[in-house]
Amino acid sequence: MNAVIKGASYILAHVPGMVIHNGSTQITERIVNPESEYLKQLPEHLRSYTQAVEYWPNQVYIGNKTPGELAEVEFPYYDKPLAGADRYGKFGEIMPEEEFLLLMQCADVFDVLLLEKGFVAAHKDALAADPIITEDIVARIKEGADQADIERFVNEEHAEGLYAGGKLVGCVKRAHDIDVNLNAEVMHENLVNKASNTLALLYAVRNAGIEKDDVEYVIDCSEEACGDMNQRGGGNFAKAAAEIAGLSHATGSDTRGFCAGPSHAVVEAAALVKAGAYKTVAVTGGGCTAKLGMNGKDHVKKGLPALEDCLGGFCVILSANDGVSPEVNLDILGRHTVGTGSAPQNVIGSLVADPLERNGLKITDIDKYSPEMQNPDITKPAGAGDVPQANYKMIAALAVKRGELEKKDLATFASKHGLVGFAPTQGHIPSGVPYIGFAREDIMAGRIKNAMIIGKGSLFLGRMTNLFDGVSFVIQANTAGDSEEGGVSESKVRSMIADAMKEFAAVLMAKE
Amino acid sequence: MAILKDKKVVIIGDRDGIPGPAIAACVESAGGEVVFSSTECFV
Amino acid sequence: MDLENQRRVKEFAEKYGPENVVVVLGASEGEAAGLAAETVTAGDPTFAGPLTGVQLGLTVYHVCEPEIKEEFDPDVYEDQISMMEMVLDVDDIVNEMSAIRDEYCKYL
Repeated sequence: MNAVIKGASYILAHVPGMVIHNGSTQITERIVNPESEYLKQLPEHLRSYTQAVEYWPNQVYIGNKTPGELAEVEFPYYDKPLAGADRYGKFGEIMPEEEFLLLMQCADVFDVLLLEKGFVAAHKDALAADPIITEDIVARIKEGADQADIERFVNEEHAEGLYAGGKLVGCVKRAHDIDVNLNAEVMHENLVNKASNTLALLYAVRNAGIEKDDVEYVIDCSEEACGDMNQRGGGNFAKAAAEIAGLSHATGSDTRGFCAGPSHAVVEAAALVKAGAYKTVAVTGGGCTAKLGMNGKDHVKKGLPALEDCLGGFCVILSANDGVSPEVNLDILGRHTVGTGSAPQNVIGSLVADPLERNGLKITDIDKYSPEMQNPDITKPAGAGDVPQANYKMIAALAVKRGELEKKDLATFASKHGLVGFAPTQGHIPSGVPYIGFAREDIMAGRIKNAMIIGKGSLFLGRMTNLFDGVSFVIQANTAGDSEEGGVSESKVRSMIADAMKEFAAVLMAKE
Repeated sequence: MAILKDKKVVIIGDRDGIPGPAIAACVESAGGEVVFSSTECFV
Repeated sequence: MDLENQRRVKEFAEKYGPENVVVVLGASEGEAAGLAAETVTAGDPTFAGPLTGVQLGLTVYHVCEPEIKEEFDPDVYEDQISMMEMVLDVDDIVNEMSAIRDEYCKYL
């Protein structure tokens, strides 16, 4: 039986301090152009926490609003605040920077992260008041360090500063004097990933209605690497985050594939569950500091807020078929192979048309497509266009080419089979998976019967291959009850085979 | 006069537009010599 | 434009002579295409990369522009790129690119 989507979580952490200090665009600018106008202007373009909470796409991401409701909002979104919006949503929350720094401290088990005593005292209660943060996590909060020590580590020992409200409130120390893989910058990036992963895991367990001990395997599909100089990408963020989240019965491993990582990981998880290796698997991805403010130069130049100010995280729980939840249909897998090439029509053909054709389906047989769900508010001013819309145009163009869609329906394909983008540009985070939570609801409510999730990855960025990558899969309504409605269930097939065997045996015996 | 024939061609593709290798195939078909092909990614 | 790509463009212009180098772009929007074209002709408008203040004036086209498209083998173009003409705003791209070429290209 196919594995089911038991639940999903989506979390954000609003971290304006990290935009300035840890985003790769800003780090690069400080090296090549330290006196630039951009660096001077950026702080004035940072949003307050309330502004980030009241931002429409963020409210969709955590589940308080739907992609359908966002489609009704006039573009652009940044100047249309959703007044009074809630920090908490049905899928997760938007955590403020102060609390997230404390959560990072909880995730640090090697004492490389220091927070100033007064800062810890001032914000400890706020984190403890978060309903998802359990007592065992609160108990990990340390008392804190002296400001003088923090300043010394930052100024003399290459520590990475931690900032809140523009003030230095802590640091991440290097974990090794020589090994660049354990330097302060990498340790900071990895602790951010671990902490946001942990938060996503906690919400996913809650949303799936399971116990922490039910999770048997965790797959992390982020884009960070942890290890030392002898095993640079040694890995297992999955198990590291599962430990902090309290998933004592889980083991795990990491899957990597740039932005296609999450889709690869969900397929792997569904296969593990279907094969019976593990009953419940969590696919989780944490946030990425490097991409904060990635397109900030364009946003600042155009007088917009620096919209890439949130870390993203997500987690999808897959479990053995419960007869109710939507299934991952492993028969319909889109795969970009080594031989597919990089021509856009080949890429989209391999991911969309080919797997459907192998199963006797047409492009229009899929109710909703979730390709890369980047928020166009962020990408359009940066000259990257509306990424989901471009994907829908490609899928529709392919459907027309194949004679599966009338040319006159080209323009309406996106609104019928598509979604507006609402996910932060955190690489793997927007790649297909942001819709899984809504897809589960839409399918169970009968609003749609299926959805295709499409992940794509830019492998060439690692300079190991010029290849592109992509993988897709289909989520469909649960088929367990189909036999009553005229379909054929597994047990029915078994009994039919058994009957046939008996008849065959009877024929043989009669011949003898 | 041809634009590409016998020229040294540098390709800057775009992951969400046309990727480098797809452009390279076209340029080679026009007799251009591809000396560098890259694909940028804004997301 | 990516800083490493700027460095490579600069190197090739020096090595082969700017009159012998043609840059072909695949940007998804007119504005992005225009910025990349500006970078390899008038210099990096973001003042970040090796081409800041360097006016190479290279010949530059977007792969979907008609002048360059007619030089390609039509079958190869059909296989590799044609579908994207339905996705991209080709007119906008052509306008942006022509404006930059008219102003800054030295070898047309």
